[in-house]
Amino acid sequence: MKFTKSKVRMMSHLGSCGAYGYAMTTLPEADARVVACTADLCFYSGLERFQRLYPESLYNVGIAEQNLVGIAAGLAHEGYRPYASTYASFACTRALDQVKVNLAYMQLPVRLIGLSAGLAAGILGPTHICTEDLAILRSLPNLVIVSPADGMEIVKALEASLTLEAPFYLRLTGGMELPPVYQEDYDFVIGKAVELRSGEDVAVIAQGSMVSSALKMADHLEQAHGIRCKVLNLHTLKPLDEEALDALRSYPLVVTIEEHSVYGGLGSAVSEFFTRRSQAPRVLRLGVSDFYPHAARYGALLEECGLTPERMEIRVLQAWQEAR
Amino acid sequence: MKASFDEKEVQRLAARIRLDCLNMTYAQGTEGAHIGGALSLAEILAVLYHSVMRVSPDGRRDEQRDRLILSKGHGAMALYAAMKEEGVLQEELATYKNDGSPLSAHPSRASIPGVEFSSGSLGQGLSLGVGCALGLRRKGNQDARVFVIVGDGECDEGAIWEAAQSAAHFGCRNLVAIVDHNRLQYDGPTEQVMALAPQREKWEAFGWKALQIDGHSAEALYEALSMRSNRPLVVIADTVKGKGVSFMEGHPEWHNHALSAEEFAQAVKEIEASL
Repeated sequence: MKFTKSKVRMMSHLGSCGAYGYAMTTLPEADARVVACTADLCFYSGLERFQRLYPESLYNVGIAEQNLVGIAAGLAHEGYRPYASTYASFACTRALDQVKVNLAYMQLPVRLIGLSAGLAAGILGPTHICTEDLAILRSLPNLVIVSPADGMEIVKALEASLTLEAPFYLRLTGGMELPPVYQEDYDFVIGKAVELRSGEDVAVIAQGSMVSSALKMADHLEQAHGIRCKVLNLHTLKPLDEEALDALRSYPLVVTIEEHSVYGGLGSAVSEFFTRRSQAPRVLRLGVSDFYPHAARYGALLEECGLTPERMEIRVLQAWQEAR
Repeated sequence: MKASFDEKEVQRLAARIRLDCLNMTYAQGTEGAHIGGALSLAEILAVLYHSVMRVSPDGRRDEQRDRLILSKGHGAMALYAAMKEEGVLQEELATYKNDGSPLSAHPSRASIPGVEFSSGSLGQGLSLGVGCALGLRRKGNQDARVFVIVGDGECDEGAIWEAAQSAAHFGCRNLVAIVDHNRLQYDGPTEQVMALAPQREKWEAFGWKALQIDGHSAEALYEALSMRSNRPLVVIADTVKGKGVSFMEGHPEWHNHALSAEEFAQAVKEIEASL
């Protein structure tokens, strides 16, 4: 797809489901093997237009996530490239055994789309909040796991998935309020982190909805405190961009930011990586601590979990004092 | 589908599958194997491989091949035996369950070219079958069918019924489920552990064409599995767990069990007598 400036603007305002739905309308032209599957979330997935354009290519299985993954796997076995979307919460917990057997073990090229991952569905409560998917899925071999930073990156990740033979999990965070990160086109490669800001003091690694907040925090840290932050968008959690992480070894402080439990996700992956190196920075892991927040709107939950730029800055400043 | 059917030949094949299963189990020493549910499958697999399915010897290349999903993966011994007897398995049955052997306790597609689907976690195969059936239809493949073998105990799994509902909804007429209805599961009779009856009425209520037949009659199986329906078809095959060996028949402890030398000799004698 050609990413003109006006198109980038448009995509960045669609929200994560909208960007997914938009990309899906373009994928069948590029690859006739593309089909969409969903579990009574055609509208929520942003697939209305896809359904109008390709009514024969949409399989809605009703509220049955295990069946969703199984059917997608069967279609993948027959040579199709099924994009199966449902709430991240149900994709990776309700249907986990199906994901393990069909995607990870059998390596059938299903594209599992986790909608409203993180806190975006927070008004619906802890059943719909999904802060465990990365921890769970990262322990499954063979899966490629990507969490895009904004609408354009969602579209680019989906385009990149067309040439991917491996099973794929796309983690969509931010909901309707996913702020734009990119103003213009750039090279997106699965497994290759993007440096969005340079700085010598602190290295900040973020993904998904937290990339935009990381950039805001980094700007303020420099303006108000003279602390210069490098910001990396580590959109691919698996395979991990070890080269990019290795380049951070001389930093006194690395900060990871994710809309996910502090256990098992981005922060864990980065920390685990550095334990294998003799010289390693201190790692501050920012994410959702070990609790279920009470149902609330997205913004309130980000505040409660300490994931706003202002709240994160306090933690980083403290760690910076200690690390220096 | 193949045109030939020779009842005597299929019965002999089923007996050879049973002998293979006994040999594989005996070779496991005191560890034993899933012998009961393998013996109940012998005629089902004999009829499928010998007379019903179009089988691709080199695995997955022939687009017209029928697809087989052994959702009750613990029946792997009978699957390996049927494939071996029909010449679509290169590996030696004697390696069954050895460390590193392709012939693992549950079938793995990564290690055997003729096995297209890995299984072992019960309740998953029917959804996979619905997806394959939809895929075949999408490709315009009118000939190939998808056969999914599920255990009756496996039908405790809710995912089976999610899949059953969707198969009818999507009109998967190229999908055939075979229930190995041996009435026993790990902990005892299915009706005691978790009542499943009435099986046929349940499948019919889910929109399937349902047949209930003698699962050890080659002829009845051939007739049922050759049938074409405008709905997904389920063949509830009434079978006996441990079929063919008097001291195993109907005894739940033979779900997964070891054979002593005496038991092995006795079992072989009984199966050979039926040949």
